[in-house]
Amino acid sequence: MDFEFSEEQQLLKDSIEGLLGDKYDFETRKKILASSDGWSREIWKQYAELGVLGLPFSEAHGGIEGGPVETMIVMAAMGNALALEPYLPTVVLAGGSIRRFGSDAQKDKYLPEIAAGNLTGAFAHTERQSRYDLFDVKTTAKAAGGGFILDGQKNVVLNGDQADFIVVTARVSGNQRDKDGLGLFIVDAKAEGVSRRGYRTQDGLSAAEIQFSGVKVAADQVIGKLGAAYPLIEQVVDDGIAALCGEAVGVLSALTEATTDYLRTRKQFGVNIGSFQVLQHRNVEMLIAAEQAKSMTFLATMMVNEPDAATRRKTMSAAKTQIGRSAQFVGEQAIQLHGGIGMTMELKVGHWFKRATAIDIQFGDADYHLEQFGNMGGFESAA
Amino acid sequence: MDLNFTKEEIAFRDEVRDFFAKNVPAETRRKLIEGRKLEKADIVDWQRILNKKGWAVYQWPKEYGGTGWSATQKYIFLEELQRAPAPDPLPFGVSMVGPVIYAFGNEQQKKHFLPRIANLDDWWCQGFSEPGAGSDLAGLSTKAVREGDHWIINGQKTWTTLAQYADWIFVLARTDTKAKKQEGISFILCDMKTPGITVRPIQLIDGGKEVNEVFFDNVKVPYENLVGQENRGWDYAKFLLGNERTGIARVGISKERIRRLKELAKVEVSGGKPMIEDPRFRAKISQVEIELKALEMTQMRVVAAEGTRRDNKPDPASSILKIKGSEIQQNITDLLMEVVGPFALPFADEDAAGSNAIPDGPDYAAPLAPAYFNYRKVSIYGGSNEIQKNIIAKAILGL
Repeated sequence: MDFEFSEEQQLLKDSIEGLLGDKYDFETRKKILASSDGWSREIWKQYAELGVLGLPFSEAHGGIEGGPVETMIVMAAMGNALALEPYLPTVVLAGGSIRRFGSDAQKDKYLPEIAAGNLTGAFAHTERQSRYDLFDVKTTAKAAGGGFILDGQKNVVLNGDQADFIVVTARVSGNQRDKDGLGLFIVDAKAEGVSRRGYRTQDGLSAAEIQFSGVKVAADQVIGKLGAAYPLIEQVVDDGIAALCGEAVGVLSALTEATTDYLRTRKQFGVNIGSFQVLQHRNVEMLIAAEQAKSMTFLATMMVNEPDAATRRKTMSAAKTQIGRSAQFVGEQAIQLHGGIGMTMELKVGHWFKRATAIDIQFGDADYHLEQFGNMGGFESAA
Repeated sequence: MDLNFTKEEIAFRDEVRDFFAKNVPAETRRKLIEGRKLEKADIVDWQRILNKKGWAVYQWPKEYGGTGWSATQKYIFLEELQRAPAPDPLPFGVSMVGPVIYAFGNEQQKKHFLPRIANLDDWWCQGFSEPGAGSDLAGLSTKAVREGDHWIINGQKTWTTLAQYADWIFVLARTDTKAKKQEGISFILCDMKTPGITVRPIQLIDGGKEVNEVFFDNVKVPYENLVGQENRGWDYAKFLLGNERTGIARVGISKERIRRLKELAKVEVSGGKPMIEDPRFRAKISQVEIELKALEMTQMRVVAAEGTRRDNKPDPASSILKIKGSEIQQNITDLLMEVVGPFALPFADEDAAGSNAIPDGPDYAAPLAPAYFNYRKVSIYGGSNEIQKNIIAKAILGL
């Protein structure tokens, strides 16, 4: 039992925090946010130079073979800086699908390009009716001419508007809510029949509604075994959840610390407001919620490679529930304790709060995962 | 970073688990699962079983009978003990006065008292709180005045847990009324058979009588029963309160209670279905289970950090363990009461002649509401949760 980072991990932490500390102050972020892309291709190149864009990939594919702890370290730093770049959709989700389940040819084609910073990706799964159920897919893939034809619509696809390639879930057989009969397809974003309506999300990221109308996909663009993609989708989403937990650690500790700093310096009634016990206790409650979230993030990080899906999913649901609850409490209290200034776009606190809120919603909010956890029987069995 | 136990630690866990499985008396175990009160004999017997094994004072230094276990091993031991479930060793000797005696007492005191604590030959109780000194413990007013070879103690202690069974009490008494309030206090050991001591039980809202008032009326105690130096008692008290924070979260106990809760929720029916299938009730169980898992991980982080700490001071993070641990315990007692519905209501009076058999409904329902009422104490004792938040605000946040 050891919670310390290794020397290499500490080095990675120092480098990514150093880069973001130098290049991603709040004023710079505002400019990046206002740019047409909404994220910085210049910083993206620097991520590539640091090796973080190939973080989980093998060395043969230009990666540094980092594990879940390394991903947690990078995501926490990005949460703290509120980095806007499409790291999660590109490296963890779309890239991650290929890394885990892709053919050698697919890996050779995509992973080195991602690692070099030449390609970004998106993971198109959510549909209008699916909410958070990973098996609920209406988009269809029909065999035709040795390949497939994709039809359907995907919603709230992170980086969907700018991605170079899109990993799409589609139904090859069965009914809308069957776990069997799903496939994972790599689609070129410029392919004929792909139309994208891009927009910004509440927390400043980019996303899109994507329409697939008779999109042709070659047979060699299928990831894994056709019709048996459900466990693959679960694993990729679990990778996403673990990464989001890591990001939340950065966001929640930043919110807690910013609030403590504010309590120390803001004067009312002639004293620092941090001298008021009611505010001290609230700040302590924020700290406790952030620490509990961090603890569950460690657990999620350690469990994300667990091959037994039932055990892994249960743990991820528990972690996502805790993260969601902590995110809401810490975020709301940070605004409350900052008072009026916390309501403004001028302060980073409001932006952290919005990211914390988005993290809760993404891949299933606290209530959704609480129910999943209960359905899976929880951790303890009856005496 | 590795959250798994080492091979050696797993072997240790298995050894401890196996010992508890084979050696916790069946009747004691049954009482713990059903949430019934233990008798004095149950606690003494168990302590002697542990002592025979050499584990009674596992957390003490080796020279006084301890085990020399690592922080992780101590954590595993306590976790397994609580999961078994087995009784927590009575804290007043093992975790409180024992460490004060080996750290600050004289050779005579160490030689006489420490082995008797390990074997529970002496049942100790804690003479700290007073009617006018609760969270502000240093405001105590019980006085000890030196007369020749003796102390003469006058005053009143309260919330003295299980004083009705006690052979000895360790008392914080004011020995210098002119000094600053923290600087005029001494730590004195007192035989409960000494004339002038009166114990009056206090009935708590659960109906039980686990705490007492203890009155001192010209109680004459040999001078050599002073521990350490005169007027340094506050330092020893702080040492005592900061000592032995592992297990403060009581994760193992809460896990065991959740298993019990799920068992009862399978049996009890609501709307024609077992309670466990009611989505609303199941969500409540799930929520507390997840918080408990997070607390367990937080506790492991504190334990791991303890292994690398050099200053020997209590980690302020243990205040987080106290706060979350007590909230979770209380939450579970609430759900255990809820699960039996109307059968939480019948009250079994311990004082009633005959037995404490439940007058109506299933036997297992009887202790559940009392446990809910009784467990309000866990966020009050050992430094209330509000005091813990003060500690965190000051020591961690620097407010």
